[in-house]
Amino acid sequence: MARKKIREYDSKRLLKEHFKRISGQELPIKSAQVTESTNFSELAEKEPWLLSSKLVVKPDMLFGKRGKSGLVALNLDLAEVDSFVKERLGKEVEMGGCKGPITTFIVEPFIPHNEEFYLNIVSERLGNSISFSECGGIEIEENWDKVKTVFMPTGVSLTSESIAPLVATLPLEIKGEIEEFLKVIFTLFQDLDFTFLEMNPFTLVNGKPYPLDMRGELDDTAAFKNFKKWGNIEFPLPFGRVMSTTEAFIHGLDEKTSASLKFTVLNPMGRIWTMVAGGGASVIYADTVGDLGYAPELGNYAEYSGAPKEDEVLQYARVVIDCATSNPDGQKRALVVGGGIANFTDVAATFSGIIRALKEKEQKLKEAKMHIYVRRGGPNYQKGLAKMRALGEEIGIPIEVYGPEATMTGICKQAIQYITAAA
Amino acid sequence: MATGQLFSRTTQSLFYNYKQLYIQRMLDFDFLCGRETPSVSGIISPGSEGFQKLFFGQEEIAIPVHATIEAACAAHPTADVFINFASFRSAAAASMAALKQPTIRVVAIIAEGVPESDTKQLVAYARANNKVVIGPATDGGIQAGAFKIGDTAGTIDNIIHCKLYRPGSVGFVSKSGGMSNELYNTIARVTDGIYEGIDIGGDAFPGSTLSDHVLRFNNIPQIKMMVVLGELGGRDEYSLVDALKQGKVSKPVVAWVDHEGAKSGSQLESAQAKNQALRDAGAVVPTSYETFEAAIKEAFDKLVEEGNITPVKETTPPPIPEDLNSAIKSGKVRAPTHIISTISDERGEEQCYAGVSMSSIIEEGYGVGGVVSLLWFKRSLPHYCTQFIEMCIMLCADHGPCASGAHNAIVTARAGKDLISSIVSGMLTIGPRFGGAIDDAARYFKDAHDRGLTPYEFVEGMKKKGIRVPGIGHRVKNKDNKDKRVELLQKFARTHFPCVKYMEYAIQVEDYTLSKANNLILNVDGAIASLFLDLFVGSGLFSKQEIDEIVEIGYLNGFFVLARCIGLIGHTFDQKRLKQPLYRHPWEDVLYTK
Repeated sequence: MARKKIREYDSKRLLKEHFKRISGQELPIKSAQVTESTNFSELAEKEPWLLSSKLVVKPDMLFGKRGKSGLVALNLDLAEVDSFVKERLGKEVEMGGCKGPITTFIVEPFIPHNEEFYLNIVSERLGNSISFSECGGIEIEENWDKVKTVFMPTGVSLTSESIAPLVATLPLEIKGEIEEFLKVIFTLFQDLDFTFLEMNPFTLVNGKPYPLDMRGELDDTAAFKNFKKWGNIEFPLPFGRVMSTTEAFIHGLDEKTSASLKFTVLNPMGRIWTMVAGGGASVIYADTVGDLGYAPELGNYAEYSGAPKEDEVLQYARVVIDCATSNPDGQKRALVVGGGIANFTDVAATFSGIIRALKEKEQKLKEAKMHIYVRRGGPNYQKGLAKMRALGEEIGIPIEVYGPEATMTGICKQAIQYITAAA
Repeated sequence: MATGQLFSRTTQSLFYNYKQLYIQRMLDFDFLCGRETPSVSGIISPGSEGFQKLFFGQEEIAIPVHATIEAACAAHPTADVFINFASFRSAAAASMAALKQPTIRVVAIIAEGVPESDTKQLVAYARANNKVVIGPATDGGIQAGAFKIGDTAGTIDNIIHCKLYRPGSVGFVSKSGGMSNELYNTIARVTDGIYEGIDIGGDAFPGSTLSDHVLRFNNIPQIKMMVVLGELGGRDEYSLVDALKQGKVSKPVVAWVDHEGAKSGSQLESAQAKNQALRDAGAVVPTSYETFEAAIKEAFDKLVEEGNITPVKETTPPPIPEDLNSAIKSGKVRAPTHIISTISDERGEEQCYAGVSMSSIIEEGYGVGGVVSLLWFKRSLPHYCTQFIEMCIMLCADHGPCASGAHNAIVTARAGKDLISSIVSGMLTIGPRFGGAIDDAARYFKDAHDRGLTPYEFVEGMKKKGIRVPGIGHRVKNKDNKDKRVELLQKFARTHFPCVKYMEYAIQVEDYTLSKANNLILNVDGAIASLFLDLFVGSGLFSKQEIDEIVEIGYLNGFFVLARCIGLIGHTFDQKRLKQPLYRHPWEDVLYTK
């Protein structure tokens, strides 16, 4: 499974729609999304409340603490929202050590309020945790000791008794409303395959709960079950994560195949590049280079698995080699073609794609002073390794080839020895 | 969670969703271990019943296939392991159905992408009923010398290399299937080998945890030490930390959690934090993966020094014959083909007819005539030739319902038979007297013409032999009522064919035969025969030898068969539309005599 964060706009959209479906009651939430392509006049036509309400606008980029960071504007009219957005759209900001442009905002009615409650539901292996506090909002962390939590084991129905500890200290006139609210939210959480849901804060409007800030994560492996319920859901990349064109290309290949193809550039000038089979093994290769003290020289993280077709491997390998050879500065570089011992992936077949790419890029590889280190085992591995050795002789680029008798990560040390040896 | 042993040399399993290669690998492993019985009792394939053939060593065995989990469990009550190869969409439902069977104790779920909420339901049910779930997203597990789940440990070569056909002293548990295979190799290299290995799968919420299996291993006397390979993300390693701290694990544990990659949820979940916590709890934790092997070796050697491990008696496993497919692929054997095809090749990106790709055929407008020229004659013919072929098809498509072929097709259709049966019934009348005279006509006309016989010599010579001249004569058409089809074909040939010598010869023969009887005209068979001879000669694309071969083999009746099929199909549809009843030939039309 993979837990994917969704925008606040989508969390609220799902909440409004399914709260009504499940409870029969309307949650009067209103929100609109603003991006670079948004036309404010058209938006106002579609959402007339934008013209009749005072508004709140804030970035919707999967980072929190927007209020503390001065990125939230309160009590504006639509023209002021337009100005606020124009000023910040596309601008780069830094949050929690990550930098990136702001591309998306959420606009909502401004709700003057007094109470601020906190609600959080998290999926755990044996059930779900529900946390609640009367001191929510921007001060939640200073009041963490006031947060109360109950655990609901899988298969057990949520009842008033289950959540009694959470609402025990609430005044009688609102306890019933909030209790009912928690029940519906919990049902909705399970029904839509949320893995995380947080309202910090929610308040009371006319005595009824109203979420102000909201965060959600969905289990995207449940997409096939929730296709209709989720509607046009978006799973944005984490904030600060902007894919380069090459990374986006590989991501596109990955989406079209049942195999797994992953590629991330860490340092374009790096001198150690990897093309490793298997998710577990690829992490270990990167880790080993780091443990040997050469993390700054690591050019990329890359992984392929799940028996991709030869043509898929060819396109993937072309990208890796193009990136690895894109800065021929006279220094030596190494390409580590590694992997564990495959259960099922035909080594000779996947190596065929890599070999075709290496042949195509022969000139570039020589200019980059590239040495290639290969280690692999699995079905048909002898043939695959033999083809690699033959290729080394054919194109005149040194290719050191090892099978399962060598330790999996021994070639990392050799690659480092090569790039650090005197020229 | 069960307390100890999950599998044995007599473990029986049910395999859900037929995957021939994976089952075969299990049976090969069974044979390699010297098991007396295969470990797969039955296969469940929704909607199917019957048997599947597989090998147990050199012997082929039949494994029963059942349509439902319930039926399979009833038929095989001693099978207590359920190996689930369903896709992620149906894996949870099938697993829950299996867990609810009283005979099933262990369920392994191979699929990746099972929703978290579904897995949680499985976890809750398994815990409440003291059953074990391995997975989802697992490659399975293996008990050396006893039982293997699906594709665990991969090829037979690898299993032999890792000595998994006999038990060692190490219990191994991992989150990664690919790395499990790597560790089987590593552990085999530096210890006496694996006793049991389990891949719990890479999901955040596994059906069973690292600590579940370590605690089981701790209860198995034959296991002397444990190796654990974790991963960042999730909090599973901490339950192992807790178990170690509480003194529940008395045997040595060598553990490692790899790091790098994307940030995990919190500081508590990072690999460094996990490794440090494991170290603090008493596990042996190397500083990097590269030193993992040495740490395992050190722990094992220490156990040997302390006399805790008795040496394994090495045995040689029985040889398993190599599959023919893989032997051919690796070049160890040569298998002769049994069929040669020169006209059509459907392998590769695009299908080809006689070397010409589908794209070319469509984009260059070959047409039906062009396709016939490729598939029958193995070459592209000029446009006038392909056009002539299409004319023959059009002109011979039908000739009314009274001809033998149409008549039989109609009778068959009226008997309620399907399209194919009706067509074949009509088609089987095609022969020397109906439609099938083209080849004979070509043979005799070509022979006579090439030998320079005059029409008189040709016709009278045939008469002496008692042979009717094929291609001459018609039941209805005559000198004063010529066959329009023949006229159209001959007119086209005079306009477009470079050579019409056989046609001219055929016309001379017709002139002679008409001087004898009014109905002895050149019929459409004779016309087509003579004109194709001219086409072959005139196009310059056929050698004399090739033309002789075409005539000898008898290509040309194919045109009549192909064309008339159109009419037979039409007559069949016509009778069915008209809902015509069964035909019975009237008595009055039959002479009953002794």
